[in-house]
Amino acid sequence: MILSFVEHAGGSPDEASLEALTLARELATATDASLEAVAFGAEAAALGESLGAYGVETVHRVADERLDTYAPEAWAESIAQLVDDLDPEAVVAPGTDRGQEVLAHVGAKRDLPMAANCLDVEPSDVYELSRQRWGGSLVEHARLDADTKLLTAAAHEFSPETASEAAETSVQPFEPALDESAFRVSVDRVEESDETGVSLGEARVVVGGGRGVGGGEDYDKLETLAGSLGGTVGASRAAVNEGWRPHDDQIGQTGTKISPDLYVACGISGAVQHMVGCKGADNILAINTDPEAAIMQKADYAVVGDLHEVVPELNDALDD
Amino acid sequence: MDTVACIKRVPDTGAKLTLTDDEQHIDTSHLGFTISPHEECAIEEAIQVADDHDGTATVLSLGPADADEQLRTGLAMTADEATLLETDGAEWRPRETAAALADALSGDADDPDFDLCLFGNESADVANHQVGIRVAEQLDIPFVAGVTDLTIADGKAVAERDVTGGTEVYELDLPAAVGVKEGMNEPRYASMRAKMQARKQSIERQDPVAGEFDGAIEKVKLEAPESTDGAAEVLGEGTDAVPAVIDLLRDDLEVV
Amino acid sequence: MSSDSLPSQVSTAIIGGGIVGNSLAYHLARMGRDDIAIVDKGPLPDPGGSTGHASNFLMPVEHSKEMTNLTQRSIEQYKDMDTFTNSGGIEVARTDERVEELKRRVQSAKAWGEPAELLTPEEVEDLVPYVNTDLIKAGFYSTGAGTCDPLRAGEVMRARADEYTDGGLHVSPNTEVLDLHVENGSIQAVETDRGTVTADEVVIAAGLWSPKIAEMAGVDIPLTPAVHQMVSVGPISFFEDYEGEISFPVVRDMDTQMYERQHGNDLEVGSYQHRPILWDVEDIPSIDEAPLSPTQPPLTEDAFEQSMADALEIVPELLDDPEAGIRHEIDGLLSQTPDGAPLLGPLQDVDGLWSCAAVWIKEAPAIGEAVAQWMTRGWSDIDLHGADVNRFYEYGNSRSFVKDRASEGFQKIYDIVHPAEQYQSARELRTSPFYEKQADLDAEFFEAAGWERPQWYESNSDLLDRYEDELAEFQRPNEWDSRWWSPIILAEHLHTREHVSMIGDMGFSIFDFRGSDVVDYLERMAVGRVDVEVGKTVYTPILAENGGFVSDLTIARLGPEHYRVVTGGAAGGSDRAWFGDHIPDDADVTMIDRSESLCTLGVWGPNARDVVDSVTEEDMSHDAFEPYTAQKITVGEVDAWAMRLSYIGEQGWEIYAPMGQGRRLWDVLWEAGQDHNVRPAGMGVYGTTGRLEKGYRLFGHELELEYNPAEAGLTFHGVKDADFIGKEAYAEAIDEENTATLCTLSVDDHAPEGGERRFMLGNEPVLDENGDVLVDDEGRRSYVTSAGTGPSVGKHLLMAYLPQSHAEEGKRLQVEYMGQQYPVTVEVVGSRPLFDPENDRIRS
Repeated sequence: MILSFVEHAGGSPDEASLEALTLARELATATDASLEAVAFGAEAAALGESLGAYGVETVHRVADERLDTYAPEAWAESIAQLVDDLDPEAVVAPGTDRGQEVLAHVGAKRDLPMAANCLDVEPSDVYELSRQRWGGSLVEHARLDADTKLLTAAAHEFSPETASEAAETSVQPFEPALDESAFRVSVDRVEESDETGVSLGEARVVVGGGRGVGGGEDYDKLETLAGSLGGTVGASRAAVNEGWRPHDDQIGQTGTKISPDLYVACGISGAVQHMVGCKGADNILAINTDPEAAIMQKADYAVVGDLHEVVPELNDALDD
Repeated sequence: MDTVACIKRVPDTGAKLTLTDDEQHIDTSHLGFTISPHEECAIEEAIQVADDHDGTATVLSLGPADADEQLRTGLAMTADEATLLETDGAEWRPRETAAALADALSGDADDPDFDLCLFGNESADVANHQVGIRVAEQLDIPFVAGVTDLTIADGKAVAERDVTGGTEVYELDLPAAVGVKEGMNEPRYASMRAKMQARKQSIERQDPVAGEFDGAIEKVKLEAPESTDGAAEVLGEGTDAVPAVIDLLRDDLEVV
Repeated sequence: MSSDSLPSQVSTAIIGGGIVGNSLAYHLARMGRDDIAIVDKGPLPDPGGSTGHASNFLMPVEHSKEMTNLTQRSIEQYKDMDTFTNSGGIEVARTDERVEELKRRVQSAKAWGEPAELLTPEEVEDLVPYVNTDLIKAGFYSTGAGTCDPLRAGEVMRARADEYTDGGLHVSPNTEVLDLHVENGSIQAVETDRGTVTADEVVIAAGLWSPKIAEMAGVDIPLTPAVHQMVSVGPISFFEDYEGEISFPVVRDMDTQMYERQHGNDLEVGSYQHRPILWDVEDIPSIDEAPLSPTQPPLTEDAFEQSMADALEIVPELLDDPEAGIRHEIDGLLSQTPDGAPLLGPLQDVDGLWSCAAVWIKEAPAIGEAVAQWMTRGWSDIDLHGADVNRFYEYGNSRSFVKDRASEGFQKIYDIVHPAEQYQSARELRTSPFYEKQADLDAEFFEAAGWERPQWYESNSDLLDRYEDELAEFQRPNEWDSRWWSPIILAEHLHTREHVSMIGDMGFSIFDFRGSDVVDYLERMAVGRVDVEVGKTVYTPILAENGGFVSDLTIARLGPEHYRVVTGGAAGGSDRAWFGDHIPDDADVTMIDRSESLCTLGVWGPNARDVVDSVTEEDMSHDAFEPYTAQKITVGEVDAWAMRLSYIGEQGWEIYAPMGQGRRLWDVLWEAGQDHNVRPAGMGVYGTTGRLEKGYRLFGHELELEYNPAEAGLTFHGVKDADFIGKEAYAEAIDEENTATLCTLSVDDHAPEGGERRFMLGNEPVLDENGDVLVDDEGRRSYVTSAGTGPSVGKHLLMAYLPQSHAEEGKRLQVEYMGQQYPVTVEVVGSRPLFDPENDRIRS
């Protein structure tokens, strides 16, 4: 059996979890195993309706209302106990902050090795897998040998695909035995962001600005463009270091990894540390004065020109 | 309040990574070494917290003898002490690394040597996303990953982490550990005098305790993916390109 | 300007898009080349070489006239491109020895026409308040110094080149050169990863990658990447009140071999004090692999430790700013050559292939201009002979030589370097067959073009007693004056003039020319008539088209279609290139370099004939072997060839023999000389004391491109009928009144203010009675081109070009040396020898 950890919002699975589920189903299919899922929260019951399409036969809904709030150790302990019960061949989690965190705790609690950010997994007695290093600019080929293999699926590397045959999904409650101590780390409160609009990681359109933007106030025109396209603004590390944008806007290896339909890269040279953050974009349009800049090799479309002229003109045209 | 920043010596790479002939490592013969950006923030935070709360900031690393260069960077940033768990340079796996760090950090069984331990959220090179968590589990202390803001108040650490649409806030009893993400602070540049003094400071060297584990993840080899780049389709030069861009946005990409 | 495609054909392809390549393109375009490509494997404007990380300050004053002139001219160009900030620069002295050196700096500044003055520590503090003046004893203030923006300058130059060529400049960045195509000894094309471009001329301006590119054509550009450590500290609150890049003079802390320079809110601290760190060009990472840039590897921390301590000492207030940290730190890679000078000019083994490498930011615009002049018309306004890429030909291209000399030279960059200072590494590279004999005689060897040449012999120290009276007033009490010098030189001189000496080997370069067109060819090369009787020798200038000196040398006619050219060893590489390049494609002329196969031994002095005649089969009498002729002779068992001439003005011969028989030649003559009081004498006599008494000019000192033969007093050939290079300018120079004339001067008083007697060494400015430097109507300043004691005339002699108004025998003038002015008198105007003016001795 392959167990997949599914994060969801109000019973609707997250994109990253569907990616992980896709990897999990590949493993299940290859080893002729069943595919099951584990999810938290009362609303997880609703997953039964959506995960069948992905081939999930059973959703283990962890039933403990204390777990409705995210508590990494408690969540991990719950999964660990489920693993004890079900003895899955592998547990697959999404390559998100929570996915990595929860699975690492599971690994620590059950003394199991874990492979983070997997790209490809060949299941056999010992798993032969490839995983990301260096933010994805290197691939490690590794062998994972454990009673239960813990894997996270690298973000934006798997396209969620439904199963060729939908499964009948049953939702089963699972009641872990949890000490109060397992809740020593839990979300105390969530502070809503003042920012309106979409977050960088989920935006369908991102307009990024690099060193070529030249100053913080010059991001206004990028904001306008992003607004017209229903997207949001990001920045390169160079621009963040200059203090033109907050770190939250940073796209790249140590910033946010984006996966929009369109990334408009303005005045960005295209250093690899930046590109690993935006390679999830379906399309990249680069606007740059230097036709020889690295971004021009990596983009799908390019405008050779000064963003300070092109972007305002574009904004005017979109206005009409 | 005593703090520890756990750091790792990693190659300072350019845009292209080149592998050694045996495909086991990246070729560092012409590269310098550095600390990953997450960990630079961890050092900065460790120093600030220790300074603000009359404690000692320590930098701790597991790595080859040359990792003293990164520890000295920490000392030059004005960390007080440095400890190197010296290896023969071979790559340590996450569980072994965590065990050795936990052993070095454990002090008395019931009372770790620190109040706050800071890790980078993941290392720049291997990015296993788990060492800090395993250390915390072994020391039986709370841990939060992905932390971008930290305040110490009333004997507790308040850690924040960015999530979609807002910020999660965690309150942790001390001692505690966190995984730090870049952006938490602006790591200082070492002053020349501090840097010079750091070169004279002593670094405690210890033999790491590896531990033994069932099962493993074993590296077979590394691969540098071939770039599949082709040149972009140039839509035009300057503002002349705007109509073509509009067409693209509207008809092909359907984002307008 | 097209920047996305590489044309298939251009007239000139420049490899390298740094400041040098851009400057070349601009000046070539200005001079009429309308079809030029710049290829660089990096992006623009910063392709990743040294141009991108240089500290970009220009301190114009050096002890080399040419390098100073190049920097002055470069500053003009940066100003013209609006990329220069005149901050001034101050070299500070921590030691007494350095204070003396700074006085010498002022002296050079006066000689080369650059404003400069000596400052007290208080004056330094007024200008640069953050310098710890407790540590310093004086400052040398170069008011014209400043900083530039070479990347911006590069853009301006490309844009201008594009205008001049009307779009004929093709810039191809991100284009890697894969190969150079050479056919029949000529460059054909540059092969790149974006296609192949054929070119008539290719210039390698690839900075520290130049050797790698040259190798593709099978030639050498001898340089090595070397580390210059630099860090940038900031933000410094002190600078926040000042607008712009730089508001304070650049400070060079000479004794610690460091500099501190404001750059906005940062202070850049650079060092040359660390141990030499040399790289192999193969080890430099590609642009993609390098975290910063290929030429900015990470700082080698341990090597920088002392530099940090020194910097904290000299500018503590800035560096201890609590907000400031080290924001940037690199081992900056730059090009280091075996002698520190650039590598310029046509590479002699491949026609059409040029080198323009090892050039600093401070001289790059002017060097681009000078090399462009060289390429388009054959000579440059500023003499580049000292930087000729061919000067290491055949001896100094090995990696080991380049590394040894670069390591040693790296430490000289800020050091106090005596003009006669000898390299200690990579010695005994070229030795004559006399070497062991000379070493047995305790020769003090100096090196020239790799050759070990005795400067004097300690075994002659007994002569100091013999000539005690004559030498008394020429002993040099000052350590600097007597460094790399010995009074034995003067004793050897006096002995030679009284008896006879053996001098050799001089390290000459020797070229034989044969073929049916050889007479026409050499006539075209030389000012003097070469179609002379077989057996005659001709001493002649070799000129560029402008009438300036390319060389001076002796041509001997060995047969109807066979000549031998003998020239100085140091000039051998460039002379070889000059002669080789000027052989017409269709001419029957073959050039054979005999430099490594023939040794040379001079036997000179009143007893010379007695010595030589006693061991030769031939009759060596005056009538049988006339002055200025050459013959084959047999010396003992040795088959030799001799010219009867003398650079020191004595009776005697230069005897040439195969290297293998050289030792025997020495032994035979030495033995024969025992009855005639023979002594060995060194190059001190040959090159300085004897020469100056005779008023003989030395290439690179008196003879250079800026002065014509009339001014140098070398017009004794008149204007021959045959055409020759520079004829028109030469004829004009003879017809016209000289603007300046080369004169011989003597020092009247070596201690006008009392105290130690001082002796000038050369390059001192010549002043009028008011203390103003003499300047001729063409703006050329008078300075001492050669200096040395003439013991037979009892005077310390100086040569200098003087404006006509002051070129008057008996005229009293002054020379500034180490901050003091000394009275001098013009002894001779023109080339008349001071000693034995009728040349009776040579003709005896």
